[in-house]
Amino acid sequence: MSTVAHQARPAREEPYTGPLLDVRNLHVEFRTRDGVVRAVNGVDYSVSAGETLAVLGESGSGKSVTAQAVMGILDMPPAAIPQGEILFRGRDMLKMSKEERRKIRGQKIAMIFQDALSSLNPVLSVGHQLGEMYRAHRGSNRKEAKAKAIELMDRVRIPAAAERVNDYPHQFSGGMRQRIMIAMALALEPDLIIADEPTTALDVTVQAQVMDLLAELQAEYHMGLILITHDLGVVADVADKIAVMYAGRIVETAPVHELYARPAHPYTRGLLDSIPRLDQKGQELYAIKGLPPNLLRIPPGCAFNPRCPRAQEICRQEVPPLAQVTEDDGTPLAGRGSACFFWKETLHDD
Amino acid sequence: MTIDGATPLGATTPEEVAFAQEVPRGEPILEVRKLVKHFPLTKGILFKKQVGAVKAVDGVSFDLMQGETLGIVGESGCGKSTLAKVLMNLEPATSGSVKYKGEEISKLTGSALKAVRRNIQMVFQDPYTSLNPRMTVGDIIGEPFEIHPEVAPKGDRRKAVQDLLDVVGLNPEYINRYPHQFSGGQRQRIGIARGLALKPEIIICDEPVSALDVSVQAQVINLLEKLQGEFNLSYMFIAHDLSIVRHISDRVGVMYLGRMVEIGSDLEIYDHATHPYTQALLSAVPVPDPTARESRDRIVLVGDVPSPANPPSGCRFRTRCWKAQEKCEREDPALTVRDWLEGRARHDSACHFAAERENG
Repeated sequence: MSTVAHQARPAREEPYTGPLLDVRNLHVEFRTRDGVVRAVNGVDYSVSAGETLAVLGESGSGKSVTAQAVMGILDMPPAAIPQGEILFRGRDMLKMSKEERRKIRGQKIAMIFQDALSSLNPVLSVGHQLGEMYRAHRGSNRKEAKAKAIELMDRVRIPAAAERVNDYPHQFSGGMRQRIMIAMALALEPDLIIADEPTTALDVTVQAQVMDLLAELQAEYHMGLILITHDLGVVADVADKIAVMYAGRIVETAPVHELYARPAHPYTRGLLDSIPRLDQKGQELYAIKGLPPNLLRIPPGCAFNPRCPRAQEICRQEVPPLAQVTEDDGTPLAGRGSACFFWKETLHDD
Repeated sequence: MTIDGATPLGATTPEEVAFAQEVPRGEPILEVRKLVKHFPLTKGILFKKQVGAVKAVDGVSFDLMQGETLGIVGESGCGKSTLAKVLMNLEPATSGSVKYKGEEISKLTGSALKAVRRNIQMVFQDPYTSLNPRMTVGDIIGEPFEIHPEVAPKGDRRKAVQDLLDVVGLNPEYINRYPHQFSGGQRQRIGIARGLALKPEIIICDEPVSALDVSVQAQVINLLEKLQGEFNLSYMFIAHDLSIVRHISDRVGVMYLGRMVEIGSDLEIYDHATHPYTQALLSAVPVPDPTARESRDRIVLVGDVPSPANPPSGCRFRTRCWKAQEKCEREDPALTVRDWLEGRARHDSACHFAAERENG
């Protein structure tokens, strides 16, 4: 079934052993009339082939802006990247020419957006839009492109693909449209897929189908996957590791099991505690007090300090670095970091 | 468990059992019977003729008790929001009856309707579009008083609005601000204050927290629960987030394609669901606990929800159901207690083969 890709695939470059994508100290700001909006303030993360990184955060946490910077689809200006590196297979994409970047975008890194209906062109058939990938990037003719579009639609399990290839986006249901978006992202067999809230607009029963499909295809093609979401449930289902973002910074990183079992940042703990649990029925839900900060005026020190139950004087003055989290005896916990001065205490909270 | 060998339990009829549930029940404040709302599909411009109908709500019956919270869950297109609009009389019902404290309200017009509406208010999903951007918060919350001046005489209105702001946890000094000066969670509080202004007895909440950030959702849920105790409100809480519905609801109804397929107390629905759709819906919800992902027995449904303009014959869920038999195609299953069910599984379920899942 995977013939689509194999015959079309150009020879791979020399084996590369490091992480597929390595984002280092990335800063993104938007210059607006009201001032400089600091959307991303020093983000580090990496993804390897076959790995799923979930980036968890609320609206305005900078999770989508980071992804758009990686894809190179930010409008600059108003956006600007004052510092940072985005290494793809060890090479900094921010230093590449426009032409080089264009070759990576779509072919090596593909993106799936939240709202499939507004991401597809309503006046072109889905077959045309899927085939366009092959016509533009591989120089296929119309007939070949259409045949490949049908194969792709089969891959993402759209029933009766051959009959539906000439249908328009509005003739598909929400779940089917999201499958088409996935097909489009897969078309050129990228090494990395960035999925920005891929199932938020879908119903729960359809959400499960789409997430399963995505996980299956990822395993089959051995791709890296960055899953951007605000849904703690979706994350627990599919991610290997998690980065929690708040006000443009990563406040905690951890393998998925450990994050849920023992969070090391008060914000993560607050999020987990505010999920309604069975034994709390009839009681007041735990709520993080206050509101997410305005990115024009991020509080000094730790951005979470005005809402934090643990905040001390130091939190209002110094920005906590992302520190390695260790066991009590000092053995470092693999892949765990927390940007809180009091991660030790938080880890032992119960 | 054999279906044919079902033993009737003593002399109790299914109807009696249905009303002898463990949930403490007050008096029904709202009685909905066989409510139907069809939207006509027309063809032609000058000479319109009806070629069909979108059966958005198609025969829904339930009671809302005094002081309880009834959660309504279901996927998009199942008719839960249309149900809310028909109950509010924003859309006229095609047929069926809605009784408020024993009085039929679905056919009311004019001043009689106005009087009833005072007692049933609504909180909407999107706090960004449901508040007029050109009105101040004071005007928005005070507008219900213009329509029902008997609630607050003119001179007292400003004070009444400030009290409402205080009740929902906003600073009363914000009375002259505009909606854009507030965050999403604060706007939803304004929407709730507007809903409370006329001291209603029933509030219909249509997805009140789904547009809000996770950390703010809990604040609004807590506020709704606090207000329910304070003002003895009955809530109809429509949402698609099953964990929030479970937290806030006394009873839960599950809708599919214009029908109520299962209704019961939160325990009955969440731990002892007997309708295949409810079971699939519950199993599909992503659980925020990674250790559960290995142990969980998930039912992934095939296909999409059929069009409400042309629902399947018999049971509407049969096209996606793994239990479907020939009987499901012929006979529309009634929402009732099947007499072979025992314990908590004995609650209303619209399935010919209603049964709990083997391995929960």
